[in-house]
Amino acid sequence: MASAARQNSRRLLTNRVMTTLTAACAFLAVVVLLLILSYIAYRGITAINWQFLTDTPKPVGEGGGIGNAIVGSFLLISLASVIGLPIGIAAGVYLAEFGAGWFGHIVRFVTDTLTGVPSIIVGVFVYAIIVLPQKHFSTLAGAVALALIMIPIAARTTEEMIRLVPLSLREGALALGAPQWKVTLGVVIPAAASGIATGAMLAVARVSGETAPLLFTAFGSRFFNWYLDKPTASMPVQIYNYAISPYDEWHAQAWAATLVLMTLILIINIIVRFFTRKKF
Amino acid sequence: MADSQTSLPSPASSFGARFRAWGRRRVLSSTGNTGDTIFRAVLFFCALLLLLIVMAMVVSMATNSKLSLDKFGFGFLTSRTWNPIQDEFGALPFIYGTVMSSVIALVIAVPLSLGVAIFLVEQSPRRLARPIAFLVELLAAIPSVVYGLWGIFVLAPFLREHVEPWLQRSFGWLPIFQGTVTGIDLFTAGIILAIMVTPIISSVVRDVLAAVPTSQREAALALGATKWETTRIVLANAASGIAGAIILGLGRAIGETMAVTMVIGNRPEISTSLFKPSYTIASVIANEFTEATGNLYLNSLIELGLILFLVTFIVNGVAKLLVWSVTRKTSGTARAA
Repeated sequence: MASAARQNSRRLLTNRVMTTLTAACAFLAVVVLLLILSYIAYRGITAINWQFLTDTPKPVGEGGGIGNAIVGSFLLISLASVIGLPIGIAAGVYLAEFGAGWFGHIVRFVTDTLTGVPSIIVGVFVYAIIVLPQKHFSTLAGAVALALIMIPIAARTTEEMIRLVPLSLREGALALGAPQWKVTLGVVIPAAASGIATGAMLAVARVSGETAPLLFTAFGSRFFNWYLDKPTASMPVQIYNYAISPYDEWHAQAWAATLVLMTLILIINIIVRFFTRKKF
Repeated sequence: MADSQTSLPSPASSFGARFRAWGRRRVLSSTGNTGDTIFRAVLFFCALLLLLIVMAMVVSMATNSKLSLDKFGFGFLTSRTWNPIQDEFGALPFIYGTVMSSVIALVIAVPLSLGVAIFLVEQSPRRLARPIAFLVELLAAIPSVVYGLWGIFVLAPFLREHVEPWLQRSFGWLPIFQGTVTGIDLFTAGIILAIMVTPIISSVVRDVLAAVPTSQREAALALGATKWETTRIVLANAASGIAGAIILGLGRAIGETMAVTMVIGNRPEISTSLFKPSYTIASVIANEFTEATGNLYLNSLIELGLILFLVTFIVNGVAKLLVWSVTRKTSGTARAA
């Protein structure tokens, strides 16, 4: 009896220890996040002002800003969205509505695997197919690289969102004699629209911080650029260049640019969170 | 696609059961309508495009690394020399750096993310679990370059001042903790990677644990098992899915570029000490691609890219299959119930 009691108390102790440990893990992960975010806010806020947001980069000691990088990022992301989102969403619709056969399985598998391929590889690929033949870096090449990263993300979220649309909606529309394409475009997609939009926003949030695929596609620039066939600056690449520079002033600017970028990414994530909470 | 009624069960995990039910009762079949044919052709082409992209990646990288493939052959993988001036290129230092930094990352991240996932699925009250899950997943939303910036200016100095000297004092007899402490080394890269892959591993483990039927937990608890003993049974049931999650994290760690490039020191050397600078495949591409002057140099870098692509593609594929094996099996039971 005594040994059974001892064994029981040991089991209860193990239980308590492990419960505490797992809670500590969760606590630690959250603490690391808060540490990173608060440090970005602390270092960034002191260096941000209107001039910083609108000016072009200047030599050390003369101030300067990330205006051209903000414009560049905006151009790159918009163009990438225009190229990548329609393809990704269409592929997602295909997977949800016609993807039950072997071809659908293969596409689904490849899409999932593609989301795990390092983004720098996408940069190498785009360098090989666009930059090398054209012999110069360009906004277009950068946007294509970002689009290639967006396509699989958009495809998979779209598929999952369309799966959530009740079958009865399709049946109802088909029973009224609507052809399949009208059912999908006019009934199913609108029903899943907010889900598809959140997926698209997540894809945008993901690529807005991508640096590696832009290093040798969009490259970088010290000026405002509005042309698709010219290299362009972007916020992530600017942060990288300033971070590895030896100057304190540029480090401060890297933190300020990071604050701008993180604000954008956090806002998108919180909006997405807000919408998906309402839906599920 | 008229045979879609006998379609295979979908591996799309979370909606598996629902989808299979729907697959059996498919209503969308060919109607002979011209609009439908065009519509389907367009969608099919977009799906096909995904496959074409992957093939184009392999082909373009293989053709653009021809010079180095021809010159070095398999010796590329085993040569330790990386000397652009002499036009000698070997991948071993980068393979070593990639493997070591990923191993450090997993050693830290696996217990941590298992803890997070177990806490969120098995222990915490639902009201607490949702916000914590959101915060942990926000870690995955932070861009790599931001981790790198934080790594250079916060983590590396902290490790150099506090953690690394302590490790050296306590475990200095181990070869992995010898040498001068700099903070810009494999160790820092591994820790940064651990932080970056934790949200990825823990979110997949969460899905996998959630897919284990509640009846398993109820049975264990009814037999008098403690909460932790119940959790161990759940973990055993989800084992292959957890393995998949870990491999998925490994794939992410192998390919992570910017953060690693910024803290690893970027020196193509092989050293047993974790406190020495190193280099990974992804960071050498990021660092030297625009500087690659000779054709052979550029070809060697693209060959490194090809290797990285194939490795991460295979690693991710294996991980996906393992995760599916759990979520598919259990959603099947859920349907039978």
